[in-house]
Amino acid sequence: MNKSIMIVGVGGQGTLLASRILGAALLDCGYDVKVSEVHGMSQRGGSVVTYVRCGEKVASPIIEKGEADIILAFEQLEAARWLEYLKADGKVIVNTQQMDPMPVVMGAAEYPEGVIDAIRAAGADVETVDALPMAVEAGTSKAVNVVLIGAMAKNMPEVSKETWLEALKSSVPAKFLELNLKAFEMGYNL
Amino acid sequence: MKKLFLGNEAVARGLYEAGCRVVSSYPGTPSTEVTEFAATYDEIFSEWAPNEKVAMEVAFGASVAGARSFCAMKHVGLNVAADPLFTASYTGVNAGMVILVADDPGMHSSQNEQDSRHYAMGSKTMMLEPSDSAECLDFTKRAFELSEKFDTPVIIRLTTRVAHSRSVAPVAERVDNGLKEYTKNPQKYVMVPANAKGKHVVVEQRVLDQIAYCETEAVENGLNKVEYNSKKIGVIASGICYEYAKEALGENASYLKLGCVYPLPVELIKNFAAECEKVYVLEELDDYIETHCRKNGIEVIGKDAFTLQGEYSQSLIAKVILGKETECMKADVNIVPRPPVLCAGCPHRGLFYALKQLNVTVSGDIGCYTLGFAQPLGMIDTVLCMGASVSALHGRNAADPENAKKSVAVIGDSTFIHSGVTGLINIAYNATDSVVIILDNSITGMTGHQQNPTTGKNIKGEPANAVSLEALAKAVGIQNVIVVDPYNLAETKEGIKSALEADGPAVVISRRPCALLKTVKHNPPLKVNADKCKSCKMCMKIGCPAISMKDGKAQIDFTQCLGCNVCSQLCKFGAIE
Repeated sequence: MNKSIMIVGVGGQGTLLASRILGAALLDCGYDVKVSEVHGMSQRGGSVVTYVRCGEKVASPIIEKGEADIILAFEQLEAARWLEYLKADGKVIVNTQQMDPMPVVMGAAEYPEGVIDAIRAAGADVETVDALPMAVEAGTSKAVNVVLIGAMAKNMPEVSKETWLEALKSSVPAKFLELNLKAFEMGYNL
Repeated sequence: MKKLFLGNEAVARGLYEAGCRVVSSYPGTPSTEVTEFAATYDEIFSEWAPNEKVAMEVAFGASVAGARSFCAMKHVGLNVAADPLFTASYTGVNAGMVILVADDPGMHSSQNEQDSRHYAMGSKTMMLEPSDSAECLDFTKRAFELSEKFDTPVIIRLTTRVAHSRSVAPVAERVDNGLKEYTKNPQKYVMVPANAKGKHVVVEQRVLDQIAYCETEAVENGLNKVEYNSKKIGVIASGICYEYAKEALGENASYLKLGCVYPLPVELIKNFAAECEKVYVLEELDDYIETHCRKNGIEVIGKDAFTLQGEYSQSLIAKVILGKETECMKADVNIVPRPPVLCAGCPHRGLFYALKQLNVTVSGDIGCYTLGFAQPLGMIDTVLCMGASVSALHGRNAADPENAKKSVAVIGDSTFIHSGVTGLINIAYNATDSVVIILDNSITGMTGHQQNPTTGKNIKGEPANAVSLEALAKAVGIQNVIVVDPYNLAETKEGIKSALEADGPAVVISRRPCALLKTVKHNPPLKVNADKCKSCKMCMKIGCPAISMKDGKAQIDFTQCLGCNVCSQLCKFGAIE
């Protein structure tokens, strides 16, 4: 199996943790794994992207246009922004949350309507997840990332649920584990 | 158990395994995590230095004392440390000394796209370039061995994609040979002209010896690697470009992978090129390897077909070399850009709003607050390099004394200590009525929360001496020092106004910890009372990402709002509760 997964969102949403959980799970399955992260200025509320690639042997840590099997999007507009990176038969898992970028906050632009429909119309297989209310129910709005990891996990039958849970345990602080396990289950059982 | 190492984390593991004893660095994306991870090993004395020059001199001193030593910085940090670098190349080392520099092609988080390989060539310092985390670990250990073998500092060059990618790296035990004996040796360590003349001869011979090493031994031990597959295409590459080429071309090409990028071999490249039909040099940024090839009469294809700007990738290589294009989907909606912004609750927001009300010219600096340039605040006029806000303001005011009443400099606590304080001394000494605002958010913010000499904690979070910014400003001769809380808009505006109106230079300290610090307690999120909201959009003038207009009324996103209450000070109708 070769898989290229992109995690996209808005700086501050916890995409980095999600990519670490995913990377740890895939490594545990015996694949060669490379993860490419974004740190620094782009993290400050900007559009962020993390690449996760696995296979027998992975050379490049980045994913290019038309190469992603899955795009896990933490925000609608970000799903649309990075859609060019999806393979023709790839899948988009998108959180329905909308966050206004600064040009919209300032009134210089409008947040586009019908983003998810437009992604479908472009030919992508789309699954929507209403992750924010689930995260709040699990205990904190910050757990959106783990709900979404759960939603992605059920789209990856090649990785067992036990492996996901182990990866989660090794990536989050013990005091938040219970909350995160709950968030994961909510995404996984959709 | 196998583990994914961040490139920077793998370098730190390499430091540990190589028996490195002293690490001194100044944070800078994408190099920061090396030193953060190094600090997790108790066997290593690790520290955040005030700037890169200090860090490199600390590493030099430790090396002379007989300890394997290390310093890390981003590409522009090496500009600051260039002074010790060029002469440490002459003195050489006692125990191994390794310098890490991280370049940022594509400028993910930098103000320029400079290519640090020129520093290796300029200072005649050996430079290694790993291409993944396993090599980050391995090359770090090799760098110490080469440093001691050739009596030279050795530079490790990373680029963002290597520093900030995770891949598997095999680990080993630490080998610590203790302190090497120090012997007094002025001919080696005291660089006065008479001694330096002798050392220059040594340096030139050392380069020749290193070239011979790169041609032979380095090939045998795999630092420089030749892989023959199809000989129709030959690729000469180092670092991340080698990985991109492997991804794009696989076994349809042969490879000369250069683990050592200074000095470069000649015969090795000539022989490889002679075997291949068409030879490409794949290197991001400048035509550094390409120029070396041409100088030695080796015909290669390089920047004419590729680019001097930004990053390379597997698809760029596939497109240029194989003519392969990828089709891709496009969503038919207006994709509004999402630039980085000051975070919700950021203390810099209130400060910049006050400056906007005062309608001043702002000499800016490097840090999160650089984002104050962006609309709707739009309050920074210039940004050059670390510390330049203070010195450039003095320059403006020297050229036009009237300017002093309507302009300020803004500089963060860490940046001020890095190289702002020297500019402030200049203001006091050469007497312009300059107003310098120190944005003291109790942390080095942009690089991800590192302690600094003003925070009262060291790299391990233990209590440490804290520089008093007030006392420091007074000690250099600034009598007028005002402290304001940027969450209080009226107080902040008044404080800056009084500094501008007063005769003589002034320092305003805008003090409020970074809202993302875990130790900071927040108020509950604010809410807009839709009945009271008159849709005047005053609250949106501060550019807070948590505030938006929904159905004609202002709305606050509870997942982002930290209850800083800056927006509520702008609402004339008391609608923000």
